[in-house]
Amino acid sequence: MIEIRELTKTFNTHKVLDNLNLTIEKGTTCVIIGRSGCGKSVLLKHIVGILKPDSGQVFVDGLDIGRLNEKELDNLRLRIGLVFQGGALFDSLTVGENVGFGLIEHTKISQKELLERIEEALSLVGLGGIVNLTPAELSGGMKKRVALARAICIKPDIIFYDEPTTGVDPITADSINELIKSLHDKLKVTSVVVTHDMKSAYRVADKISMLYQGKIIAQGSPEEIQNTQHPVVHQFINGLAQGPITETLEEFR
Amino acid sequence: MKKLFLILGKKVLAFFSFLGSLSTLAIQTFYWLFIPPLKKERIFEQCKKAGMDSLPIVSLIAFFIGVIMALQTAYQMQRLGAEMYIGSIVALSMVRELGPVITALVVAGRVGAAITAEIGSMQVTEQVDALQTLATSPIKYLVVPRLLALCIMEPLLTLYADIIGIFGGYLICVNKLGVSSGMYRYITFSALLYKDLFTGLFKAVFFGMIIAFVSCYEGFKVEGGAEGVGKATARAVVTMFILIIACDCFFTALFYFIFP
Ligand SMILES: Nc1ncnc2c1ncn2[C@@H]1O[C@H](COP(=O)(O)OP(=O)(O)OP(=O)(O)O)[C@@H](O)[C@H]1O
Ligand SMILES: [Mg+2]
Repeated sequence: MIEIRELTKTFNTHKVLDNLNLTIEKGTTCVIIGRSGCGKSVLLKHIVGILKPDSGQVFVDGLDIGRLNEKELDNLRLRIGLVFQGGALFDSLTVGENVGFGLIEHTKISQKELLERIEEALSLVGLGGIVNLTPAELSGGMKKRVALARAICIKPDIIFYDEPTTGVDPITADSINELIKSLHDKLKVTSVVVTHDMKSAYRVADKISMLYQGKIIAQGSPEEIQNTQHPVVHQFINGLAQGPITETLEEFR
Repeated sequence: MKKLFLILGKKVLAFFSFLGSLSTLAIQTFYWLFIPPLKKERIFEQCKKAGMDSLPIVSLIAFFIGVIMALQTAYQMQRLGAEMYIGSIVALSMVRELGPVITALVVAGRVGAAITAEIGSMQVTEQVDALQTLATSPIKYLVVPRLLALCIMEPLLTLYADIIGIFGGYLICVNKLGVSSGMYRYITFSALLYKDLFTGLFKAVFFGMIIAFVSCYEGFKVEGGAEGVGKATARAVVTMFILIIACDCFFTALFYFIFP
């Protein structure tokens, strides 16, 4: 279970997260939606402890991220996979070394087993035969999928996906949705998916939460969100140019 | 006037806070240095990058410096008719000062800048964050191998530069100034003491540490895309140059007084 309590984060003078509260139950898939630049990626980085909050706490399975020492934090991170929005592949390593990075660094498995695990992770995301390429030789969508493979290769029980389906073709996008669903169904992985893609949000989510002005303003099952009365959520999920979100922007001008 | 002091004060404060953060990085690096496992391949790879790739330029520059030193000294020595002592002057200045400093400056410009650019672009593309989420300390993974490689390769390159520089002086003296080859060698070896070699190599190790820490530190601090990487690289090179020259001055004075 992931529990976020009154998380606040300010960059310079810009308040990105403002007393944010969110609870994600074990084994569920939570989709976080919100406009570009509203702080979704920042939120994910707080949960894995890359960014330190100004105030507030994050608990993962009851452990307070901010209070763990180096070693405890690393142990926890080995149970978490994070797919970065930009992939964040190590460009000095090959695809194979990237995908197997966690295993190479933290386990003593044999070379043969390592290769098997890498192949397995890559085939789960629909890639094969690219183990010896470098990230620079991949297309944008392939990078994204390799990043996904790297996150699932260590077999984590919590996975964060930062926009896993942006920049890939619709067919691949659908197979990534399938993958997220099957990891959830078969392995009972707790997932947090950040996305703009409402179609994939409805497909994979147990719960959808909307982040707006630093807070979670709505939370509910896909049906509840679809039939929402909340004007902001309504505008966002239907992608309307006119509505409360854009009106506040107008006021600023 | 007041404004000038304000600006000056700010600069001084910024410099001290920089030194503070640099020593924090140094302490963390030494901490991680002693936490196994220490991957040898990674250190070896960095040694290759830092050492082998700097060889050509170090050779070239050290050779020219040796030649210049010999000619410059000859200009004075010929008046005294003491050409044979050129060898000792070239050897001593190469081994004690020029070898370590020139090598360090070349390595700072070539290897240090590359490290800042590499770590900086890893920082802006979130690769450093990715290391952390894979439970790997960026200091352990990135800084430790570079520090070790530079501390190993700096003295070796310096030693090599010393030899090449002395060889450059030798070529000039023997071919152009009419010093006999045996005489040159004799003068050179009798002038050099172990302490000269030791102080030179000691400095080289220290310069290696400066290069490693400053370049990594600036790399981690990069913000704001490709432009940030460029700025950080430039800043790193300037800082390394200043620190290298300042520390050289300090050590030269120190050694002058403790090993008279
Ligand atoms: N390291 C940082 N320094 C300063 N500001 C930052 C930093 N990281 C993020 N921000 C700011 O925080 C806000 C939220 O950024 P974030 O990357 O979380 O957006 P996002 O919701 O993920 O957007 P997108 O959907 O486009 O990825 C942005 O306005 C950004 O300017
Ligand atoms: Mg984002």
